[in-house]
Amino acid sequence: MMRLPWFRHHAPDTLAEAARILAGEGPNAMLIAGGTDLLPNMKRRHQSPSALISLARVEGLKNISNGSGGNGEMRLGAGLTLSDVVHCAAVREKYAGLYQAAAQVATTHLRNMGTLGGNLCLDTRCNYYNQNYEWRKAIDFCMKKDGDICWVATASKRCVAVSSTDTAPALIALGAKVRLFSATGEREVTVADLYNNDGMDYLTRRPDEILTSVLLPAASGWNSSYWKLRRRGAFDFPVLGVAAAVKTASDGTVEEARIALGAVASRPFLVEKAGGLLVGKALTDDAIAEAGALVASRAKPMDNADLDIYWRKGVVSSFVGYALREIRGDDMRVTRLRIARHAL
Amino acid sequence: MNAVVEARRNVRVTLRVNGEQTEVLFAPYKTLLEVLREEMNLTGTKHGCELGECGACAVLLDGVPVLSCLVLAIECEGRSIETVEGLARGSELHPLQAAFADLGGTQCGYCTPGILMTAKALLDKEPDPGRERIREAISGNLCRCTGYLQIYESIEEGARRMREEAK
Repeated sequence: MMRLPWFRHHAPDTLAEAARILAGEGPNAMLIAGGTDLLPNMKRRHQSPSALISLARVEGLKNISNGSGGNGEMRLGAGLTLSDVVHCAAVREKYAGLYQAAAQVATTHLRNMGTLGGNLCLDTRCNYYNQNYEWRKAIDFCMKKDGDICWVATASKRCVAVSSTDTAPALIALGAKVRLFSATGEREVTVADLYNNDGMDYLTRRPDEILTSVLLPAASGWNSSYWKLRRRGAFDFPVLGVAAAVKTASDGTVEEARIALGAVASRPFLVEKAGGLLVGKALTDDAIAEAGALVASRAKPMDNADLDIYWRKGVVSSFVGYALREIRGDDMRVTRLRIARHAL
Repeated sequence: MNAVVEARRNVRVTLRVNGEQTEVLFAPYKTLLEVLREEMNLTGTKHGCELGECGACAVLLDGVPVLSCLVLAIECEGRSIETVEGLARGSELHPLQAAFADLGGTQCGYCTPGILMTAKALLDKEPDPGRERIREAISGNLCRCTGYLQIYESIEEGARRMREEAK
């Protein structure tokens, strides 16, 4: 039986209060929203925060504002559950890639609990880390928690635990930003800039900051798609996530494009050159294959998650192809059913 | 107002479980699953993986299926909690329970409470879901005995009986 450790528990009502408590408690305190990532980790003693500050009662974190500024932007509160995101008609309509990513996170129960902000701040994962205390003790622990060495790459100076968020690559492709709130002020950063390529220090969010919302740019002219590789259709972290967003002119010429990868590094990232490669062209089979090859060259999966790493790298170009062909308007339903094992 | 619970001190919280208000005293680190089973003796909700992977501990929180092993009990004050103990009406089984019994939807029974609650939440919203919707709804509930087919059939039969009752 794995019990949670003791902690002090705060349940503030407002953001200002939450930020003040977080600043006062210091870096040993943690925020808890849905709890679906943090609580299993606390049971396995990955984290033993002195205090938990619950965001459940904080007002305003579940707001959705859809184009209220008149500029077509959409703001999603970080406290919305993943189910809220999946069931939001405007998200499905305008940001298909985000819908497809959110709908493939974990299971229905976990999506009812886990939040959008929590998925973005998801702890990095590794076969040598996501184990209980006794298991980790038996291998003398690892660099990420309680030990010195990285068992995945023993010569590595940094932890190579893998970023396993589905929504982040989708949001990076969509060009989204997040808002971070603290007792000393507020700032906005792009979702891409929220991450470091370091399995331990994986977020650029300061410990006193609260991720409060996600800002999606206007969607007109854009189409997006997300494809996830995992072992089981019902429930698994990604071992590869490919997100693409493309803005096309009425004649089908690509005006702007972004392709992002998840689960092949310690951070989700934009493959910068891939977008430029497509601009000015139509999404032909040749252009798609060229983009796929380029993106695949940037994927560096490590042997610390499920499935064979060479195969995980080998299918990247195919997954880029699925995403871009879906954006082009091809009927991908059969392929989607084969890969995701449900309709999306 | 911020509500603070100091570490190493028990909390007294009023929980509404199956429509009944109960004052419970427990350590603030306890999950809803632990409080239901250990403090309230409601052992119908099963203790599976403790990590949110198996669905055995599913209960309804404000009508929505959640995993009680990953819910802090102190965060449940004022919310409606439904467990499998609340399904039967007196000595009469809920139509879903009766259908599971009649059609062999249960073998070892360990996953059954979580599946019953998840299915109830689905049928409360959608009285006549298709097989695909049922598959999706219980995709987070692992069963290692039945191969799921009898479970799907039991939920479909339970749904049919509930629609009959509602007529």
